[in-house]
Amino acid sequence: MAILVTPETRILVQGITGDFGGRHAGLSLDYGTKVVAGVTPGKGGQFFEHGAHRVPIFNSVADAARETGATVSAIFVPPPFAADAILECADAGIDLAVAITEGIPVKDMVRVKRAMAGGRTRLVGPNCPGIVTPGRGEQSHGGCRIGIAPGYIHRDGHVGVVSRSGTLTYEAVYQLTVRSIGQTTCVGIGGDPVNGTSHLDVVRMFNDDPETRGIVMIGEIGGNTEVEAARWIKAHCSKPVAGFIAGATAPPGRRMGHAGAIVGGAEDTAAAKIAVFRECGIEVAATPSDMADALVRAAKARGVALA
Amino acid sequence: MNVHEYQAKALFEKYGVPVPKGAAARTPGEFSHALAALPEGPTMVKAQIHAGGRGKGTFTDGFKGGVKFCKTKAEASEIAGRMLGNTLVTLQTGPAGRKVQTVYFTTASDIKKEYYMAILLDRARSRPVVVASTEGGVEIEKVAHETPDKIFKVSVDPAYGLADFQVRELVTRLGLAGAEAKNGARFIRALYGLYWETDATMVEVNPMITTKSGDVVALDAKVAFDDNALFRHPEIVALRDLNEEDPKEIEASKHALNYIALDGDIACLVNGAGLAMSTMDIIKHFGGSPANFLDVGGGASREQVVAAFKIILGDPKVKGILVNIFGGIMDCDVIAHGIVEAVRLVGLKLPLVVRLEGNNVAAGKATLAASGVSIVSGDSMADAAQKIVRLVA
Repeated sequence: MAILVTPETRILVQGITGDFGGRHAGLSLDYGTKVVAGVTPGKGGQFFEHGAHRVPIFNSVADAARETGATVSAIFVPPPFAADAILECADAGIDLAVAITEGIPVKDMVRVKRAMAGGRTRLVGPNCPGIVTPGRGEQSHGGCRIGIAPGYIHRDGHVGVVSRSGTLTYEAVYQLTVRSIGQTTCVGIGGDPVNGTSHLDVVRMFNDDPETRGIVMIGEIGGNTEVEAARWIKAHCSKPVAGFIAGATAPPGRRMGHAGAIVGGAEDTAAAKIAVFRECGIEVAATPSDMADALVRAAKARGVALA
Repeated sequence: MNVHEYQAKALFEKYGVPVPKGAAARTPGEFSHALAALPEGPTMVKAQIHAGGRGKGTFTDGFKGGVKFCKTKAEASEIAGRMLGNTLVTLQTGPAGRKVQTVYFTTASDIKKEYYMAILLDRARSRPVVVASTEGGVEIEKVAHETPDKIFKVSVDPAYGLADFQVRELVTRLGLAGAEAKNGARFIRALYGLYWETDATMVEVNPMITTKSGDVVALDAKVAFDDNALFRHPEIVALRDLNEEDPKEIEASKHALNYIALDGDIACLVNGAGLAMSTMDIIKHFGGSPANFLDVGGGASREQVVAAFKIILGDPKVKGILVNIFGGIMDCDVIAHGIVEAVRLVGLKLPLVVRLEGNNVAAGKATLAASGVSIVSGDSMADAAQKIVRLVA
């Protein structure tokens, strides 16, 4: 078991004929992920060729889903057109849209989120590294890799990872893997101020997933989604949780790379979030080097075996 | 992206938000022409910099106040002469202050009462929120802390926009009646139009005032725009003032690098925003002080690494460098070659600690070791941070 996607999940890629989308579609195929369709308007009928793979390209998400049974889309469409690509997924009734694209206007996302409210399609991202459910093969081969994460650093196992940042997720996953602690699913929810899936959404799924025994939650300055998740964890989550917040040294009012990483008030500083984590029983990693060890400590305290 | 008050007020006028009559000047020679556009009588002179707290600021030559009331236009011209070219230090500029390159003259308004009005993104609900208060002209954070009952919020459904009943609610709660209510409603609708149409992330009017004749006017204007949406607003890009930006940050943006200057002495070069932020944090954790935020992006090409080193070394405060790369997809050996070449090209004399992890890392570390350039290798983020802190101490 895992959350959101399993090694059997069938994926389509919007923007598969672009450099970025094509490169990562290829890497996902190499990882053993079932990339079954590409979507590029106007290129329907062509094929995406990668080694021995020949992936059919469709003009629309609806066509691709109907013809191939794809239920999840990875979106690599450039920012001016990305909001439309997400809405197309919602219209086609796709289960899950994962928007990798960085730089989508906030207003576009405000409208997209309003349009998707109450619908059946879940959005993860945008501006995120995607989702990995590791496989059982060597270096986690055979898993489901959606997005841009390095697949080989993962290991099949029992820890859930959720984060706003890409490289910080890889850092955490790598620390777990070298300690022989595998992962159920690793979810990058993205660094934008308006995104589809929150820390809390993912934490709930991990809590409900019988295979997941512990959770690493990584956040940063700006917004309050980490705090919202922490309070829920205190009230409802029975599993050990380790947390880390980046940006303790960030000057107020400056955007630190991610559009959403900006301190606006007293509540969205790293110090304030870390204080809430502690209050809610989350084991806080003192430095980013300490993320896996923090989870090991939290698990030990509760008598949970992570591996 | 931020703009000056005089630019924001020009946008206000375009969208129908009333502002006092005003004119900007960039040289003393332009004062008389600018002032000629205003009626005789009380006039405000306002230093134009991208930082708040101007009224309470002090110029480096001791002259006090970046926003001044003058009884006559002649006095305004004299005061403007004291401000232009002078450096204004406010709570938001930092001790170095900001050089005033433009002054803005406006007609002094006949204030009946001051209010606060802003529109921004409510991140928790993913929709715009209008924030209004009867307490204008003071810091809104202070009002929120001391008298939160005097702040009113209206959450806007993006599918329908700001509704008339919501405008009426705001006007009523601000206590506006008669002509003030009518003008206030028009003001709020126009301000929302500007916020939505220009892809602003925030518009703030503090104070919004009523006059004795029943007008509702924006005395100050602060607007920030969504950088991600600038591609569809060339008219706003044209308002960018490079004088207000750190030259190193401008240079960085030309190489698709994300750089923010800080006050410390340990420079860092990192791939990914989250990792870059936490690299700054870990330097601080071990007793050092970061000189910058620098995200070279997921790719970290050789050209980018060279450009990044040059920008870092342009900061005279820097005493040491920490490179922290998690090469997930990228080959660490390629990155290592880029670092070695950059070090040779810029003739680096400062201590350099490199922490490489990820794809083909053994080859990358071997390349660094065999390069002959003086590079200290860090095994983990913690190890690397401790090493650079020791080296610059």
